Amino acid sequence: MLRFLSRRLLQGVFVIFGLSIFIFVISRIIPGDPAKMALGPRATETAVEQLREEMHLNDSIPEQYYYWITGALKGDLGKSVNTKRAVVEDVSEFLPATIELVIVSGIILIVVSLLLGVLAARYKDTWIDALIRFTAYIGIAIPSFVMAIIFLLIFGLVLQWVPVLGRLSPGMTPPPTVTGLMMVDSLIAGDMAAFWDAFEHIILPAISLALGGLLQEARILRSAISDNMGKEYIAVARGYGIPNNKIMNKYLLKPSMIPVVSVMGLDLASLMGNAFLVEKIFNWPGLSRYGLNAMLTKDLNAISAVILIIGLMFLVINIVVDIIIAALDPRIRLGD
Amino acid sequence: MTNELLSIKDLEVWYKTYRGYAKVVNGVNLTVNKGEKVGVVGESGCGKTTTMKSILRMNVQSAYVNSGEILYSGENILKMNEAKLQEIRRRDIAMISQEPSAALNPVFTIGEQIRDVIRYSDTKKKFTKEEMQSKAIDAIKSVMISDPERILASYPYQLSGGMKQRICIAMGLVVPRNVLIADEPGTALDVTIQDQIHRLLHNLVEEKDMSLIMITHSLGVARELVDRIHVMYAGDVVEVAKTDDLFKKPLHPYTIGLLDCVPKLSGGGISEGIYGYVPSYINPAPGCRFASRCPKATQICREQKPSMTSVDAEHSVACFNYQ
Repeated sequence: MLRFLSRRLLQGVFVIFGLSIFIFVISRIIPGDPAKMALGPRATETAVEQLREEMHLNDSIPEQYYYWITGALKGDLGKSVNTKRAVVEDVSEFLPATIELVIVSGIILIVVSLLLGVLAARYKDTWIDALIRFTAYIGIAIPSFVMAIIFLLIFGLVLQWVPVLGRLSPGMTPPPTVTGLMMVDSLIAGDMAAFWDAFEHIILPAISLALGGLLQEARILRSAISDNMGKEYIAVARGYGIPNNKIMNKYLLKPSMIPVVSVMGLDLASLMGNAFLVEKIFNWPGLSRYGLNAMLTKDLNAISAVILIIGLMFLVINIVVDIIIAALDPRIRLGD
Repeated sequence: MTNELLSIKDLEVWYKTYRGYAKVVNGVNLTVNKGEKVGVVGESGCGKTTTMKSILRMNVQSAYVNSGEILYSGENILKMNEAKLQEIRRRDIAMISQEPSAALNPVFTIGEQIRDVIRYSDTKKKFTKEEMQSKAIDAIKSVMISDPERILASYPYQLSGGMKQRICIAMGLVVPRNVLIADEPGTALDVTIQDQIHRLLHNLVEEKDMSLIMITHSLGVARELVDRIHVMYAGDVVEVAKTDDLFKKPLHPYTIGLLDCVPKLSGGGISEGIYGYVPSYINPAPGCRFASRCPKATQICREQKPSMTSVDAEHSVACFNYQ
């Protein structure tokens, strides 16, 4: 286990290093002068030149990378030309909102997909199964940002069940920041009104973010369960008089979870990336929205930071998923 | 008979397929007495396993019992309510699967699976973990495996085929029972291990005074292990006799063909076998299902199904033209 962890973390360092070079080079060779874009069309030539010098844009790319990486290792990711602040500061402001969204979305993804999968398998070939199948086809086919717009229109504007923009209603005073996660902070402060308000704000974006993956995993679980239902070991368990619900919840569910968890891991890791457009649509003040802005304005340091953080999260989630799969499937060993 | 423990009467099991019903088990009659070892012999795909799985209602969903009854101590298992059936599954009858690798759940340890069998064998009694563990260890020891603790902590993929087969037997015997059904317990193994497993099964069953139903495709195996043999062909029991009688005086042409396939030490080379193969079960022709392969078939064989005729008290055959 320890060897597995240290090996994966070491691999991770190389992956992140490679990713940093990749994103650094890509962001610099795409056309457009970041200095000019930062200063606007009416900036003077000398001002632009001065900023270029300041940003080391006149040096070769390897030299620029050297400046950037030495700073990054010391925890300095440079300055954003957009917000005129240190990127680290921006990130620490926007990251918690995204993490909160991804966590709530992930919880919905895991819980609801398992629930729907078991339900569909249990009531295989009945109307319940058919309804889940039908919903799944639609949900998988429609991308999350389209889903987000549809949800926003239906539940936010037409039915007005939930508020649609931001993390809290305008009149609300946000709870004192402890973790940066609005729902957790309001619980810590004991402010149930704020908690409920934050929940109402997060539920639509979280569902639209989770929906595609959730329905896909429900389908995978359903077919894994119904495949395994015909396995000899289930007939044997039945033959020994093991109670039905025990067979369902133990003998059938655990082996059926294995394919689901692999796919689920990928989906959970991609939530960060998929959050981009959903955050934009719901005006969610998160990292993805910040990153999107940075890309549109070629804010080099901000782009690198956002991509690196998403890469890092992807890495961590993947390691966690591998550990969970190894716990589920004894045939997989973590290579120690 | 007074000591009749389990009897199958006119059992018909059909499989639902896209082309219609496959009438696989075609009115099987079979009896097992208390403490008796019975063999069910026939070639692959003749409905042996389907018949046996019907006893504990373990068949896949696409199989359904069209008619017949299965009496255990006078009660029809097929009409029994769920609770009653579960009781029989937990304490009276166990079936050892043909494929030990498929019969064990890959994601739980052997110990976990055996302990569950013990745990539910008596729902009124609460077994402690230690009790279950010691019962499991005893069962593993009884099938000649050393180091039972390590085996109980292992997952199926860590063990060899022979080991898994022994564990399946141990699982069947961990709770004292009246009937053990062994479905070709040597098939997946090499011949030396196969022989060991058969002996082991034979001895354990004798020791515990259980009834055994041994499914096999080899008359040679049946001869060594069982008291009485039911020969099955294409979903019918075609001949029933004491083992010795069957070998001395086989009556059904199929039995004679099968006996011809048992290799003899006295030479004679490889036998010719039985020409042809088991017929399709979907829309089978009327008459004897063996007719198309039978050297003695006459007109009546193709038109009417022969019924079981008693030759003497212990020997009966379903054939119009038996010798």
